[in-house]
Amino acid sequence: MAVTPPGADVNPDRYEVVIGLEVHAQLRTRSKMFCGCPTRFGAPPNSQTCPVCQGMPGVLPVVNRRAVEFGIRTALAFHCRVNAACRFARKHYYYPDMPKNYQISQYEEPLAEDGFLEVDVDGSSRAIGIQRLHLEEDVGKLLHEGTIETAKASLVDFNRSGVPLMETVSRPELRSPEEAAAYLRAFRAIVVYLDVCDGNMEEGSLRCDANVSLRPRGAAELGTKVEIKNLNSFRNVERALKFEVARQTAALAVDERIVQETRLWDADREVTRSMRSKEYAHDYRYFPEPDLVPLQIDRRWVEEIRAELPELPRARRQRFVSRYGLSLSTSDILTHHGPLADYFEAAVTEFPDAKAVSNWILSEFLRVLAGGDERVLSMKVPPRNLAGLLRLIADGTISGKIAKDVFSTMVDTGEDAPTIVRREGLTQVADEAVLDGIIDAVMAANPKAIEDFKRGKTAAKKALVGQVMKATGGKANPALVDRLLEDKLSKIQT
Amino acid sequence: MIERTDVEHVARLTRLALTEAELERMREQLNSILAHLDTLRAVDTEGVEPTSHAVDVVNVMREDEVEPCFPQDAMLANAPDRSGELFRVPRILED
Ligand SMILES: [Zn+2]
Repeated sequence: MAVTPPGADVNPDRYEVVIGLEVHAQLRTRSKMFCGCPTRFGAPPNSQTCPVCQGMPGVLPVVNRRAVEFGIRTALAFHCRVNAACRFARKHYYYPDMPKNYQISQYEEPLAEDGFLEVDVDGSSRAIGIQRLHLEEDVGKLLHEGTIETAKASLVDFNRSGVPLMETVSRPELRSPEEAAAYLRAFRAIVVYLDVCDGNMEEGSLRCDANVSLRPRGAAELGTKVEIKNLNSFRNVERALKFEVARQTAALAVDERIVQETRLWDADREVTRSMRSKEYAHDYRYFPEPDLVPLQIDRRWVEEIRAELPELPRARRQRFVSRYGLSLSTSDILTHHGPLADYFEAAVTEFPDAKAVSNWILSEFLRVLAGGDERVLSMKVPPRNLAGLLRLIADGTISGKIAKDVFSTMVDTGEDAPTIVRREGLTQVADEAVLDGIIDAVMAANPKAIEDFKRGKTAAKKALVGQVMKATGGKANPALVDRLLEDKLSKIQT
Repeated sequence: MIERTDVEHVARLTRLALTEAELERMREQLNSILAHLDTLRAVDTEGVEPTSHAVDVVNVMREDEVEPCFPQDAMLANAPDRSGELFRVPRILED
């Protein structure tokens, strides 16, 4: 079928969009799921493997306890039921990223089932059902010589093979591409808060497949679903789904049948394409993995893990609103990343004006951070030092403008604010006698501004304040300058 | 009863290229294996929990500790084809 551009001329309201997401999250364990090889990203190809994770015959996998713990932790955060017993299964398929021709996964008896994830879209919140959460092993990484269609050969790196993966399957309850992207964002925020996944989509720590179908509004039966693979960023999830919804809508409009298939998102060309894979149907011939004995999850273990669950992003956001009096949107930004929220709370302990702290973090801190790692910046400027800077502004020692320069120096040198202000002589000039002289000089040098002011141009006063600030290198106390100038100007006018 | 088409299906799933004679031999063998299962089915298993394992052991786990890997060259030594540090495999998609 020819590719249909998004936005084809059909009535979009005729159909309801039904989306389900399968998210694969790499767990932040030190070693792999079934062997002791490290999970570190970026090592030379095939340098972090052994006979177990390369699927040699005769080896025996052993379950990584921490991976199970991480799975339980996540399941609890998603309000899932952790099953009393679970088992691993072999999922058979032939693909060069999987040398033993089966992936150790879970099938009929997953680790956890039946939970939900709360998602915010356009100010309203919906609970999206989670069908199941299970553990499995990641597969090797394929590099194609050229594109996947034209490649004569593919190259395989098995470092990733055997890294613990947690697959979470949502119910088909997402109703728009935007909602799907919001689900993925909420999912990422939670697994990062739980410290079970680093959430790095570029490095593939979090990957997403989507099932999309359309059905006439009001219909109970689901339409034929199409699976889209290779959605490796929030942007791609939303764009790929938008494209696919438009493609299916256009097809249905001309009574074309939707084929159940797997499509690949091509981010460069912004289309989904049918994947003609050698993988024969979906006959995975699952059976219980004979090399791994079943797990019986001890209730006490689950309760221990539950007791240690951290406060999750939504709860924290709500607390920031009620406890610190911040707006919902400010709280949302602050709590999206745990380390930033931690930073805020630590600074507020030292300097209790929560609004001043949040303003400073949202403007200067995030500007300097510019998408970098909060932890690096907070090492240079610990919360205590930010509080120290805000104290200097509050007691009038420096102006807000100077404070920005001081902050830059703090970022560069790691010094605290009083040290910098003292060394660079940045203390605000609040001595009336000193300012008097400077203001007189500025007024004498700007007769035109004085004339303008007399003729009712109040903006002229602003210009004069600017001149005074300039003459003092920004160190004059602006409120004081304003008052002194006001006095002098009013005397001239009368 | 295993039919010829069943054998062809399984052969395709497992990437086995079987000759006519082999297909027929597999069909006979698979049927005799199934017949043996009928013998097993005659055993009274009333009240016995189904199991997938012969040993009555659960919860075998290891701590999350890194152990030495195998050297890269050793792991690549048996590769039918390689390109530098990577395994090289034939193209994946069908024409
Ligand atoms: Zn290994």
